[in-house]
Amino acid sequence: MTFTWFHRLGSPPYVYGLAQRLAPWCAGSALLLLLAGLWGGLVLAPPDYQQGDGFRIIYVHAPSAWLSLMVYTTMALAAAVGLIWRIKVAHAAAAACAPIGASFTAAALVTGALWGRPMWGTYWQWDPRLTSELILFFLYLGYMGLRASIEDTQRADRASAVLAVVGVVNVPVIHYSVTWWNSLHQAPSVMRLAKPTMATSMLVPLLIMLLAFTLFFVAMLLVRLQAEILRRERASTWIREALKR
Amino acid sequence: MSTPAISDLSPPLLAPGTTRARSTAAAWLALRRDLKLAFRKPAQLVQPLAFFALVTLIFPLAISPELSQLRQVAPGALWAGALLASLLALEFLFRDDAQDGTLEQYVLSGQSLTALIFAKTCAHWLLTGVPLALVTPAAALALGATLDSVPGVLAAVVLGTVTLSLLGAIGAALTLNLKRSSALLSLLTLPLALPVLIFGARAVQQAIAGGSYLAPLEFLAALAVLSVTLAPLAAAAAVRISLE
Repeated sequence: MTFTWFHRLGSPPYVYGLAQRLAPWCAGSALLLLLAGLWGGLVLAPPDYQQGDGFRIIYVHAPSAWLSLMVYTTMALAAAVGLIWRIKVAHAAAAACAPIGASFTAAALVTGALWGRPMWGTYWQWDPRLTSELILFFLYLGYMGLRASIEDTQRADRASAVLAVVGVVNVPVIHYSVTWWNSLHQAPSVMRLAKPTMATSMLVPLLIMLLAFTLFFVAMLLVRLQAEILRRERASTWIREALKR
Repeated sequence: MSTPAISDLSPPLLAPGTTRARSTAAAWLALRRDLKLAFRKPAQLVQPLAFFALVTLIFPLAISPELSQLRQVAPGALWAGALLASLLALEFLFRDDAQDGTLEQYVLSGQSLTALIFAKTCAHWLLTGVPLALVTPAAALALGATLDSVPGVLAAVVLGTVTLSLLGAIGAALTLNLKRSSALLSLLTLPLALPVLIFGARAVQQAIAGGSYLAPLEFLAALAVLSVTLAPLAAAAAVRISLE
């Protein structure tokens, strides 16, 4: 009986209502934290002694990169839950995750390239982290491509869930083999922002931005989840009542 | 032309023994059936090899006939060719059996679908991976490698194609019954196959340079073991979903 809250998460009307109520709170707090983090990162933090003001792109880049991986893990978890317990809402959540994750991955790649131009002298380096990020982007594309090419929603859900689970097993393998590949190719040693050595005035805004981006992801997920549930449950009667509210 | 009847699978169902023994017997039969069918259409077996040879031909034409230059790009050229050839061959893995209903009978047979899919993938590897591995040293020689490199190249491609076949089986099972699936199949399979490419190319590179290629080979073997253990489960689940 302590697990009733968990069972209710399998019911589309309940989750729809929950998402409707939670989304504004997440979006609002994400916005506040975003403003605070940007102010701290762009105004309060001092320029880096080596990179000048160029390092400030980290306040967008690092949270995007962190979320690109976290969203994939979330998606695979939701897909596994949907596959194992046949929970439709979990599949809907996985479907809602994919485009958000792909966007964060693209944002991380683009901001990385923009930062690389003044710092490395080139937009693109075959750096292990950049390369694995690019492969992750293709994993997202494959997932969305498979989902889009299967007409039947339930089959699309389960097939793409298998792919997501296979992908999440492979992500560490890919990451470490890419790291190994690069270390043997004697890449030019790149400048890294090692986190522990960062000054507090730079680090605190970064942590705030991480939290802000994560909340932003949750807000986006809740909104997309509502849309996904609406689309899937369009034939059911509770939708009419929910929309009247 | 009569194909070996699907009822070949039923004797082990009736035969005495444990469930595992029956599943093993069924898997053996499925493997032999696939090999027998394939040898009746030898032309289909040669196609991926011809494709591989053509891809290898592209590099001297596109880069330079200088063997010293070709030797440098040989690992990449060979693995690009092997990867593309095995992708091309993947389309044959389940297609015929899905079209004539054999795959459905496998699902309904009551035998372990994982074992049957594993058997089919083994047959596919024997029919595409092994011939590819036998041809690759010749292509490597043509790209300027020395005779000493042959064992390394052979071992790398044998081990690498195991993983490629098994990963490809997941992709092929997921895209079963989809229209215009070949581009999607590549999009799904290639990112997952990149570790094989990395370690395979590294092993070939070391073999051609005359160094020790044991470390990348061990990584390839590890990947093969990982995919032998896990990929048939995922592929069987995918087949079940695709045939629903």
